[in-house]
Amino acid sequence: MSQPPAPSHPSWDRPSPHFGSRAVGARRGGVHKTSPRRGRWIGYLFVVPALAFYLVFVIRPIFLTVQYSMYDWNGVTRATWVGAGNYLKVFADPTLYGPVLNAFELIIFFSFIPITLGLVTAATVRRIAESRLAGLARTIVFIPQVIPLVAAGIIWSWLLASNGLVNQLLRAIGLGGITKAWLGDFGTALPAVGMIGAWVQLGLCTLLLLAGMSKIDGSLYEAARLDGAGPLREFFSITLPSLRQEIVVCVTVTVIAALSSFDIIYISTQGGPGNSTLVPGLQIFYLAFSENRVGLASALAVTLMVLVLAVVLPIQLLAREDNE
Amino acid sequence: MIASKRETVIGRILLILLMLWTLMPFVSLFVTALHKSGSYPAGVEWPADPQWGNFALAFQSAQMGALVWSSVQIVLGVVPISLVIATMAGYAIGHLRVPGHKLLLLLFVFGLTLPFEGIITPLYYQIRDFGLLNTRWAIILPLIGLFMPFSVYWMRAHFVNMPAELSEAAEVDGANRWQIFWRVHVPLARPALSSLGILLFLWTWNQFLLTVVLVNDPLKRTAAGALGAFQGQWGTDIPLLCAGSLLIMAPTLLVFFIFQRQFVAALLQGSMKG
Repeated sequence: MSQPPAPSHPSWDRPSPHFGSRAVGARRGGVHKTSPRRGRWIGYLFVVPALAFYLVFVIRPIFLTVQYSMYDWNGVTRATWVGAGNYLKVFADPTLYGPVLNAFELIIFFSFIPITLGLVTAATVRRIAESRLAGLARTIVFIPQVIPLVAAGIIWSWLLASNGLVNQLLRAIGLGGITKAWLGDFGTALPAVGMIGAWVQLGLCTLLLLAGMSKIDGSLYEAARLDGAGPLREFFSITLPSLRQEIVVCVTVTVIAALSSFDIIYISTQGGPGNSTLVPGLQIFYLAFSENRVGLASALAVTLMVLVLAVVLPIQLLAREDNE
Repeated sequence: MIASKRETVIGRILLILLMLWTLMPFVSLFVTALHKSGSYPAGVEWPADPQWGNFALAFQSAQMGALVWSSVQIVLGVVPISLVIATMAGYAIGHLRVPGHKLLLLLFVFGLTLPFEGIITPLYYQIRDFGLLNTRWAIILPLIGLFMPFSVYWMRAHFVNMPAELSEAAEVDGANRWQIFWRVHVPLARPALSSLGILLFLWTWNQFLLTVVLVNDPLKRTAAGALGAFQGQWGTDIPLLCAGSLLIMAPTLLVFFIFQRQFVAALLQGSMKG
């Protein structure tokens, strides 16, 4: 690691002209031809530890998942090669593709509802964002982000129980007729689980959007007011377009949370009743560790990883284009 | 600024509703925790005879002391190592710009969206082959790897904005490259480091999937993992479950309220960059 001071070679960390084309690099390219190659290569020592952890505990397992997915293996005896057989099952068996569809339905609750409500709230609250009440709210609405998702699952399992707060409130406003055990009913379990996700994500989305709104030039609004624009007009022609970046972030974060959900559902419904709230993460867990169908679990895992990338990459690319 | 009175009032009402929506679940949890152990109370109902002893009972049966100590050990294993090696990598990629730094960055960014479930199966066999199942290392080592994409990305974003003159000046003063990194750049990276530290602490403390799969003993798990086990054990005794859940959440909430400014800032920045 240590290296004798080399004041005569001040350029060991000079970015190479090929790679450092931006601000810092371009400045003095080619002045010191003495740039010691050894010096630049020593920089790799700084990357090695992080790279080692990443390769051993992330990249290698990714390749292994792909490998497992092409075998029929119970985790103990010899595996047999089945090629794409497991993938064909994933696309043909409703207990395997059903969870994927459920995960997509959860996007409505994890992403769409929090972002819509967050937009409305942030737009309404924008003018009093500096008040003391807003300061307090900023802390409070963050609590669901801080507690473990498992805790959110436990809390809401109780709230949504037949004797819980949700039904108590419904009875109080005269809707006693529709009370039920929300998480135990085939028709309502998935939306109920989704509501837990909405509870977790709402605060984060609201605050992200509010932070974005504070960057909008106030004079834009004043000009709009003078032109006689109402709050609605203001929202669609100023607020919404200026928030593109923040909305993209909210969508990315919440969509990943929906597609790869596990904790909340493991705690609140275990995927039931039936398979009505089963999601890919939970099904992978069951297949691999309860049913010992490692190959099939891995095929579903690969499908999940590809799906997340396929949904997130276009969103990111779109956002990038807008920036340039 | 032209703000009509009516808008301000509606804004305040909305804020209060939002806070209620966030807090009501905790109120329900707290009130229920005060009912007689084993009873089945209504959602929010103040008990005639508050059972404050439930908290003591839950404290004992959840083995709170051991549980918090276990989570602390895991955090102490994950966070410092992650911070140091991610800073080094971020420095090499963002500031030194070693040959191929763009490819390296791409390799790390590729892991940013990875759902942990995607690799949990091979991870299990790998940890088993290392002989680490049921130890805290089974959580610590993979988490460091899993946090690297975000951490390196985050630190690189900091170092890419550091002017090269900084290193050059230090070099003229006769510092070697490790000294330049450690004495010049790390101190300047403190704000980025502390935000990253907060995020890594939270993600470690709340990690559930790895603990469920890789560690059976609740007392070797994270807080979230222990909470899962506690629910499995006490799931039918609602007042006790509520008391235990509140207790297990308490340390996080306490830390959050003490450092609320830093937490909110870190979480907002974290999702903007991630």
